[in-house]
Parts: sequence; structure tokens; C-alpha cells
Amino acid sequence: MADVDRGNRPLSPHLQVYKWPLNMAMSILHRITGVALGIVTALIAIWFFALAWSPDAFAAVNGLMTSWLGWLVLLGGAVSAWFHFVNGIRHLVWDTGSHFGQKRVNRTAVIGLAVTALLTIATIWVALAV
Amino acid sequence: MRYLTDRKRATGLGSARSGTGHFWEQRVSSIALLILMPLFLFPLAYNMGDGYEAVHAAYSHPINATVTVAFMLTAFLHFFQGIQVVIEDYVHGRWELVLIIGTRLLSASFALIGTIAILKIFFGA
Repeated sequence: MADVDRGNRPLSPHLQVYKWPLNMAMSILHRITGVALGIVTALIAIWFFALAWSPDAFAAVNGLMTSWLGWLVLLGGAVSAWFHFVNGIRHLVWDTGSHFGQKRVNRTAVIGLAVTALLTIATIWVALAV
Repeated sequence: MRYLTDRKRATGLGSARSGTGHFWEQRVSSIALLILMPLFLFPLAYNMGDGYEAVHAAYSHPINATVTVAFMLTAFLHFFQGIQVVIEDYVHGRWELVLIIGTRLLSASFALIGTIAILKIFFGA
């Protein structure tokens, strides 16, 4: 295909000419949260390793994890986890060939964001109040 | 080659020589994580911020230990499966190979770090 002479015709429009539909943002966020989750889970693995190592090692790592920056990273991890979880369900449903219509895609995107918010609030509540 | 039918040459292959295997394995690990994520995350949130004694006691419980080991292994498997697709989409040539092998080794390393830690806590060594 690459050797076909298409002449000097206009190229097809690329991403930047479109107004971003919600689902386009959801799609790239799925990748970004996936990468973020790998990093945060690695930090949690280190936290467990320190817990296994000694009380002093745990105090050092736990001090970083529960500093304001640590809590911020953990909050980002919780949001990422639930977003990736909920949007992953949408992907699994799409894999069966279902819910591809424009209205359904938009509706499940909004529902997905709402469920992400609810699960994140539930997680914060468990972390702080319980 | 002339003795092979077209069907026989195509079955199970594709450009990556592995057919739909990668796609399928990623779906299976994602379904496993649908179960493991809530089981792992809520107890983690509950214990985050507590002191050494409390957290150590919590993760020496058989249920927390089992869930955490299952989560660490499955999550890092799924992470590698996903990041491989991201790298294949955006990076090409030598760096593609370097990054795929590098992230694979890192994923395996952190899966082991988390697992060994929980096993030591659980068995109390």
C-alpha cells in the first residue's frame, strides 16, 4: 500500500482537528491510568517489602507514603484504579460486540465516570473514617 | 510449503506469530482483576496510615495474604500485557525491543518483591 501513488491530494484530518468527544478522552485516560497503576503498585510492593524487612524500614517507607505527597500519589492511584476498573468493564462489554452505538457509548462513558467517583469516595471513606 | 494447505499455514499465526493468544490472555487477567481489585484495594485503604504492628498483623491473616499475592502476580502480569501494546503502538525499532524487555523484567521483579514480602510476613520468618 505504501508504494501507491496517491498524488498531491489532501491528507485525511488527524486528531487535532476534532473537538474531543468524551469517549476519546476516556480512551487515552485508560492508557494513562494503566501506566500510572503500574508505578503506584510498584510503590505498594516496596511498602510491603519494607513491612517484611523491619519496623525501621517500614517506618521510613510508610513515612513517605503517608506524607502529603504520598497521600496525593495514593489518591491518584485510587482514582486511576477505579477508572481503569470501570472503563475496563466497558472494554470487556465491547469485546463481546455489544454497546457500540454512539448513544450507548456516550451513556456508558458518563455512567462510568459517575461509578468511578462513587468507588473513589468509598475508598477514601474506608481509608479515613473506618 | 506446497504440501501445506493455506488454512494450515494461517492457523494460530498472524504477524506476531502468536495469533490471538496475547489478546485472550489479557482479557482473562482483566477478569481476574475485576474480582481481585476490590478485595485488595479496600483492605489496603483500611490499613494505610496505621502503624507497623497493626499492618503486619493484618497482612499475616490468610485471606489478606492470599488476596495480596494473587493481586501482585495478576496485576503485574496484566500491566506487562498492557504496556507491551502501548509500547508497540508508539515506539518502533530498537527502543521498542529494549522497552518491552525492560518493562517485562521490571514487572516480574515487582511482582516478586510484593509476593516474597507477603510470604515472609505470612510465614513469620
